[in-house]
Amino acid sequence: MVACRAIGILGRFSALRILRSRGYICRNFTESSALLTRTHINYGVKGDVAVIRINSPNSKVNTLNKELHSEFIEVMNEIWASDQIRSAVLISSKPGCFIAGADINMLAACKTPQEVTQISQEAQRTFEKLEKSTKPVVAAISGSCLGGGLELAVSCQYRIATKDRKTVLGTPEVLLGILPGAGGTQRLPKMVGVPAAFDMMLTGRNIRADRAKKMGLVDQLVEPLGPGLKPPEERTIEYLEEVAITFAKGLADKKISPKRDKGLVEKLTAYAMTIPFVRQQVYKKVEEKVRKQTKGLYPAPLKIIDVVKTGIEQGSDAGYLSESQKFGELAMTKESKALMGLYHGQVLCKKNKFGAPQKDVKHLAILGAGLMGAGIAQVSVDKGLKTMLKDATLTGLGRGQQQVFKGLNDKVKKKALTSFERDSIFSNLTGQLDYQGFEKADMVIEAVFEDLSLKHRVLKEVEAVIPDHCVFASNTSALPISEIAAVSKRPEKVIGMHYFSPVDKMQLLEIITTEKTSKDASASAVAVGLKQGKVIIVVKDGPGFYTTRCLAPMMSEVIRILQEGVDPKKLDSLTTSFGFPVGAATLVDEVGVDVAKHVAEDLGKAFGERFGGGNPELLTQMVSKGFLGRKSGKGFYIYQEGVKNKNLNSDMDSILASLKIPPKSEVSSDEDIQFRLVTRFVNEAVMCLQEGILATPAEGDIGAVFGLGFPPCLGGPFRFVDLYGAQKLVDRLKKYEAAYGKQFTPCQLLADHANSPNKKFYQ
Amino acid sequence: MTAILTYAFKNLPTTSKWALRFSIRPLSCSSQLRAAAAVQTKTKKTLTKPNIRNIVVVDGVRTPFLLSGTSYKDLMPHDLARAALTGLLHRTSVPKEVVDYIIFGTVIQEVKTSNVAREAALGAGFSDKTPAHTVTMACISANQAMTTGVGLIASGQCDVVVAGGVELMSDIPIRHSRKMRKLMLDLNKAKSVGQRLSLISKFRLNFLAPELPAVAEFSTSETMGHSADRLAAAFAVSRLEQDEYALRSHSLAKKAQDEGLLSDVVPFKVPGKDTVTKDNGIRPSSLEQMAKLKPAFIKPYGTVTAANSSFLTDGASAMLIMAEEKALAMGYKPKAYLRDFMYVSQDPKDQLLLGPTYATPKVLEKAGLTLNDIDAFEFHEAFSGQILANFKAMDSDWFAQNYMGRKTKGHAMIVEAYPK
Repeated sequence: MVACRAIGILGRFSALRILRSRGYICRNFTESSALLTRTHINYGVKGDVAVIRINSPNSKVNTLNKELHSEFIEVMNEIWASDQIRSAVLISSKPGCFIAGADINMLAACKTPQEVTQISQEAQRTFEKLEKSTKPVVAAISGSCLGGGLELAVSCQYRIATKDRKTVLGTPEVLLGILPGAGGTQRLPKMVGVPAAFDMMLTGRNIRADRAKKMGLVDQLVEPLGPGLKPPEERTIEYLEEVAITFAKGLADKKISPKRDKGLVEKLTAYAMTIPFVRQQVYKKVEEKVRKQTKGLYPAPLKIIDVVKTGIEQGSDAGYLSESQKFGELAMTKESKALMGLYHGQVLCKKNKFGAPQKDVKHLAILGAGLMGAGIAQVSVDKGLKTMLKDATLTGLGRGQQQVFKGLNDKVKKKALTSFERDSIFSNLTGQLDYQGFEKADMVIEAVFEDLSLKHRVLKEVEAVIPDHCVFASNTSALPISEIAAVSKRPEKVIGMHYFSPVDKMQLLEIITTEKTSKDASASAVAVGLKQGKVIIVVKDGPGFYTTRCLAPMMSEVIRILQEGVDPKKLDSLTTSFGFPVGAATLVDEVGVDVAKHVAEDLGKAFGERFGGGNPELLTQMVSKGFLGRKSGKGFYIYQEGVKNKNLNSDMDSILASLKIPPKSEVSSDEDIQFRLVTRFVNEAVMCLQEGILATPAEGDIGAVFGLGFPPCLGGPFRFVDLYGAQKLVDRLKKYEAAYGKQFTPCQLLADHANSPNKKFYQ
Repeated sequence: MTAILTYAFKNLPTTSKWALRFSIRPLSCSSQLRAAAAVQTKTKKTLTKPNIRNIVVVDGVRTPFLLSGTSYKDLMPHDLARAALTGLLHRTSVPKEVVDYIIFGTVIQEVKTSNVAREAALGAGFSDKTPAHTVTMACISANQAMTTGVGLIASGQCDVVVAGGVELMSDIPIRHSRKMRKLMLDLNKAKSVGQRLSLISKFRLNFLAPELPAVAEFSTSETMGHSADRLAAAFAVSRLEQDEYALRSHSLAKKAQDEGLLSDVVPFKVPGKDTVTKDNGIRPSSLEQMAKLKPAFIKPYGTVTAANSSFLTDGASAMLIMAEEKALAMGYKPKAYLRDFMYVSQDPKDQLLLGPTYATPKVLEKAGLTLNDIDAFEFHEAFSGQILANFKAMDSDWFAQNYMGRKTKGHAMIVEAYPK
C-alpha cells in the first residue's frame, strides 16, 4: 500500500486525461413514417421550424460517422430546398449526449493520411455550408458535445445548452493525438478568442455549460427540469427543444440577433490580437509552453498551434487546407495510435466483466484513516456510499477526516460543489474508533500498515463483527492476498483492492483475486470501484501483483544506473524525456526510500536473481541515514518548503561513492540507459501476461499508464512492443543480457512475438 | 418567498362558502364542513377525534396587505403585528388576561425584535405575564404558529391562544460582513490602545461590503421565482395559462374587495400617514397588458412574470383560537373548527413548490374525507404557474406512482375545482 502511495504521486504530474464515458438512457421519438428510412438523423417540422433529431441506432452515444454525415447532408438539402421551412433546430434524442465526437474506428480504418484528409475535407465542406446557411440553425445541446460534435455546433448560427453536469463541451482530439479536423481550429479562435481557443484545443479540457456561456461558446442556457408529467431527462430535452424553437423563429424573424455582446476584457483581447506583434508573441509563448510540457514527444499540440496560426495569418482557405492535411498526418502517427488504444482500453476497463453483484454495496467500512484510507473514503462518500472510517487513534482518525473534508472543500473553492453539497456529502462519513455498526457493512476495505501479522489481526477482528455477505478487501501494494486470506474463515470473500495515491486523483484501481475468491466478491469489488469512478484492471494474485511487480525491476535498474555514476538529475531528465511523467530518482524520493527498500526486499526474495541488478545496500544506507525522500526532507534531493528548484543532496555523494561500480561503456549511452529501464519494465509486464497474472494486454497497458506513469505516448508496454517491434526489443534485451546477465533475458512470450512478426498483442 | 406568508389568514372570517380552507401546506377544516359531510353520511362525530378536544376559531383579523415600499415602509415588523393584535382585541372583545399564549410566525427576522410575538403583545397591552414565542418555517410560518397553538390546546397546556403572522419586506436586516463583525467584536475585547491599533490596522476597505439576507434557498441557491419557472416548465404550463389564472385570482379578489367580503381586514392608522383601509396589490389587468411583461427570473424565455406572481408584501394577521368548551362558555359562536393539518416536505431543488400535491390527498385521507366532501379548496401560493403545476401533478397517475408512492393520483378532478 505504501509503495503505491508514492507511485501515485505520478498522477500529479501526468498530463494525460482521457474522456470519461457515461451511462445514457435511450429514448424513442416517433417520427413521421415517410422519414423513417434514415437511421441516424430524422426531422419533423413544427410550424416553419425543422427539428432535426440525431439518434444513432444501437448505441448509447451519437458519433459522427460516414452514415450520419451523409444523412445530415441529405436532411439539410431538403430543409434548404423547402419553402415551408424558415429555420431549424438541431438536437439529439439521447439524453446525456449531443454528439460525443467523431467515430474513432472510422479514422482507425484509414490506411493512408490522404484518406483521413479526405474525411476531414468532406466534413469541412458540410460545416462551411451550414455556417453560411441563410436559414438559421440552432444547436440545442444536452449532454456531451465533444470533438466533431462541437465543431458541428459552432458551425450553427446559435447554440443553446442545458446547464447540467452532463453537458460538457470540448475538443478532446489532442488527447487522442490528433486535432479538431472539421473546421474547429479555424472557427474556435474567432468565436472565443485566440488564447481561449488554444487553451481548449491544447488541453482538451471539458467545459461545463455555464462556463461555455461566459466564454461565448454557447448563446443561451436552459436549466434542467425536475419531475413533471414525464421523467426529468425526457422533459428537459423537450423543454430544450421548445426553447430552441422559439429562438429559431426569433432568428428567422430577425427579432433576435445571433451576435453576442462582448465584455470589456474580451474586446480588449480581441483588439490586442489584431496587432501582428502581439499575435507573434502569443504563438511563441504557447509554443514554448507546449514544448516544455510535451518534451517533443507529442506531435499534435504543435500542429494545432501551426494550423491555427496558418488560418489567422494566411486566411481561412489556407487554414482549412492545413487543418485537413495535418489531421491526416497526425492520425497516422504512432502516438495517435497509442493514445487511441488507451482510450479503447479505458472504455474496456470501465465495465464489470463479472456482471452485477448479488447485493449492492451500500455501507462501506474502511480500516485505517491514513492517506490511503481517507482517500478511499473521499471517493466513496461523494458517490453516496455510507462510509465508516475506523482508525486506532483519535489523532489518526481526525487527520483522516480532515483530509476528506479538505478534499471536498477544495471542490467548493473551485465551485465544483456548493457548501451545502459538501456538508451533505460529508455526512455520509462516520469516523469511529470501534467496530460499531460493522454488522451493517457490505464491504470492508482495510488500509492499515503493510504488515502481514497486523493485517491478519485486523481480518480476524473484522470477521467477528461483519455479516456473512460482507466482502473483505485488502488495500496492499505487495502482500499476496492469499497469504492475507490464509487466516480467514471465509476466503471466498477476501479480495485485493490496490488503490493508487492520491486516491482522488489517480484513476487506476488494481483488483486482485485469489483462486478462492468468489465471482460475486469480485463483482462487488469491481462495482464499488466503478462507482468510485475508477478505471479497473483485475489481476491474479502473486507477489507484487501486476503494477508493483513491473515497477520493481525497473527500480532495481535505477539503483544500478546510479551506482554506475549517473547523476540523479541526469537520470531524471533521461526518464522524463522518454515520456515518464516523473524522473526515476525523484520517483524513489516520492515513493519513500524505506518503502522502496521494503518492496525491493520482498520481491527480491520472491523472484530472486531476475529482480537483482542494483545493490539494495544503497537503499539500506539511505534509510539508516534518514534520507527517506520527500517525507523526511532529504533523499536524492533536498526538499524545503517554498523552494521550487530542488538541489541534490550532497551527503549522498559518499554513499554513492562507496557503492560505485564501473559503468559498461557498451550499454551506457543515454539511449541505452533509457532502454535498460524500459525493457526491464516491458519484459516483466509481458511475463505477467505469460503467467496469467494479467488477463489481457489492454489491462496491462491501462495499469502501466494510469497506475505507474508509463509514457502515454507509447500506449503502455504491450502497445509499445507492437509499435516498436518485438524483434527490436528482444535484440536490445539480448544486448543488455550479454552485459549484465539473467535480468535481461527476454521472456518466452516476448521471444515468441519476436520470432513470428505477425504476432501482435493488438490485432 | 415571504409574500404569501400571511395570506393564510386572509379569508378567515368570511362567509360559509369559504369554509374549508387550504393553505400552503397545512390546512384546517371548519365547522361548515359538517354540513357538507352530512350529505356523504359523514357526521360531526367522525371528524371529532376521540380523546382530543375540539378546537375552534373564534375570529381573525389582518391589517391591509400592501406592496412593500408603500405606506408601511417606515414601520417595523412589531408595529404591524401590534396593529393586528389590537384589531383582534377590538373585534372579539376578548379579555386580555384570558389569553394563555401568543405565537407569531415570521420568515425574515428583524434582529432587534427576534421574538416579535412578545414585542407586539407587550405593545398591544397584553399582560406581561402572557408568554409569547415566534416560529419560522419559510412561507408557512404563520400556519406553523397556528398549528403550534392547536397543539398547545389539544394537549391541555392552554385554552386560549392567539396565533398570527407578520412580514415586512420593506425593510430587511442587512448586516456587516463577517470580517467586519469579527473586527468589531475583537475591538470590544481589546484592552490596551496598542491592541486596538493593531486590530484597526487589519481593517480593509472590503470589510465594508454589506451582507444581504439570502433570497435563495440555502441548500440549492435557487430563488423561489426561478424554481417556480422551472416547475411550470416541467409541467408544461404555458405563459397564457399562467396569465389567465393570475387574472382570475386578481379579478376574484377585486370582486370580493368591492363587495365588502374581506371582512377580516381592519383599518390601520399609520403614524404620520393616512389610515390604510384596504389591500393595494389587487390589480386586475388585461391579458394583453400581461403578455407584454418580460420574464422576471429565467431570462429571456421564462414564463413567470411580475404579473403572474404575488407581490412582495407587508402585512400582519392575528387569530383567536380556543378550546371549544371554553369558547362556548365565554359565549362565542365559533367561526370554524380546526380539524386536521398536514405538513409535507420534498426535494428542495425540483419539488420545492409541490407541497399541495403531496399534502392534499394525505390530509383528506387522514381526516377520512374524499374530494366530494369538499365544496371549496383554497390554496395559497405565490405563483400562478406553481399552483397550475400542482393541479397538473394532482391530476396525474404517472406522477402519483413515480413520485408519491401511490397507486393512483391522490384525488381526481382537482383541476375542475377552478373554472377554466
